[in-house]
Amino acid sequence: MAIEINGRSYDTDENGYLVNLEDWNEDVALKLAEGEDITMDEAHWDLVKFLRNYYAEYQIAPAVKILTKAVATERNMDKKEASEFLYGLFPKGPALQACKIAGLPKPTGCV
Amino acid sequence: MDGANDSAMKGACQCNGCGSDGNGTFLNPTPMLDQLESGPWPSFISGFKELAERTKKPMLRGVLDQLEYSYNTKMGYWKGGLVTVDGYGAGIITRYSMIKDKFPEAAEFHTMRIQPAPGLHYNTSMLRELCDIWEKHGSGIIALHGQTGDIMLQGIEQDKVQECFDELNQAGWDLGGAGAGMRTGVSCIGPGRCENACYDNLKLHLKALQHYVGQVHRPEWNYKLKFKFSGCPNDCTNAIMRSDLAVIGTWRDAIQVDRDEVRAWIEERGVDALVNNVINHCPTKAISLKDGDMVIETRDCVRCMHCLNAMPKALSPGKERGISLLMGGKNTLKVGVNMGSLIVPFMKMEDDDDIETFLEMIDEIIDWWDDAGLDHERIGETIERVGLKQFLEGAGIEYDINQVTRPRDNPYFKAKY
Repeated sequence: MAIEINGRSYDTDENGYLVNLEDWNEDVALKLAEGEDITMDEAHWDLVKFLRNYYAEYQIAPAVKILTKAVATERNMDKKEASEFLYGLFPKGPALQACKIAGLPKPTGCV
Repeated sequence: MDGANDSAMKGACQCNGCGSDGNGTFLNPTPMLDQLESGPWPSFISGFKELAERTKKPMLRGVLDQLEYSYNTKMGYWKGGLVTVDGYGAGIITRYSMIKDKFPEAAEFHTMRIQPAPGLHYNTSMLRELCDIWEKHGSGIIALHGQTGDIMLQGIEQDKVQECFDELNQAGWDLGGAGAGMRTGVSCIGPGRCENACYDNLKLHLKALQHYVGQVHRPEWNYKLKFKFSGCPNDCTNAIMRSDLAVIGTWRDAIQVDRDEVRAWIEERGVDALVNNVINHCPTKAISLKDGDMVIETRDCVRCMHCLNAMPKALSPGKERGISLLMGGKNTLKVGVNMGSLIVPFMKMEDDDDIETFLEMIDEIIDWWDDAGLDHERIGETIERVGLKQFLEGAGIEYDINQVTRPRDNPYFKAKY
């Protein structure tokens, strides 16, 4: 599978995740978000960038726990609020949708 | 291996070509699976076939074909993935076929976990509605109840999950837990139908699961955490073995003895039976025979429930009732099987204030575990790794002599800290 943007084609896997991490740019992210019915605003971008930085550093997507804690610290929320905030941004789950938009591989396991 | 595949496929392929076998029935021949029906017990294969013939759902035929193939090749062909409904991060267990080219009908067979009512007290109209909704969107197969305590609705395709959930939710059902969060709670039948229940475990189950509803649907802890609520130390939910947080009813005064019923029991069965079946079976020798009557030394009683079960009319739990909290029960994982160990020996559980105090304590415990625990580490393993003392201090729980299983038996041993 692949997605087309401005005449260029980007490879995706059977679930629509980018195959090559370095293919990612903001246009690709917008296209992927469109497929997930998500309108990207500042909060979405913050999270996507956090995921990409984290992945660049650790070569793995963060556990939801780490994501929630990071959001809680950054936005001065308690963990419960942070969790609801995350699911407000990405209703099908931050692991599933935010990773896709950030161009990371599909998370494994049951989160 | 390839040879085995080919020979196994011959049987199935002939039929996949024509859609049904020569006998005009809906299902393909499954000689290996048929063997399972020959035993003396009810077989899930019979149930599958019956449902498939009645509903003519291709998915069921596909799953039987794939299972037959699995039995021939001695391999499993289901893989996981991620499927959720809006706002939920857990509750659907995904099963994709790895060999959907061979068995397109079995391409997807996801499970929806549905939370049970506390104590499994349903009314039939809700169950009927559940069945109707499930048969409309899914395969119709229900496991009542799975090992997790959920109602397992097995067999649905990804595209139909949201629609099915919306209808179930409207009918009053909710998805259960999965992943690294609070799991579906389990309770025994409780005071609803059992005279031994020492607290309203059904109410506590409901309140606790409502309190943690966010963590049930959006897992984000180190690993799973399970509550089970047993009304009395008979522990019908197997809470000690199977839950991280085992809430078990108990009492702290003396066992209530109805002298007339004791006499009637002895009259009917004889003193021999009292000695052989009750007194001798007391693990802590708390019961003695005195002038032909039984005397229970409350101080020695460990609430094993044996005498209460043997003489249900004569003996009943004490008047001052509440709960014990045991923690750390789990099956094999990083370290072997653990049974829960006693953390809170006694706590009143009579009104909403008691429930609130209890849940505040659990909040503290979970917060501590969330910080101190490692990824994929059950709370019992965390406590074992850092030590009980550290846990008790971290979670703000008082020390109690009852938390010690047994005193150190070698006074010369000095552990390195």
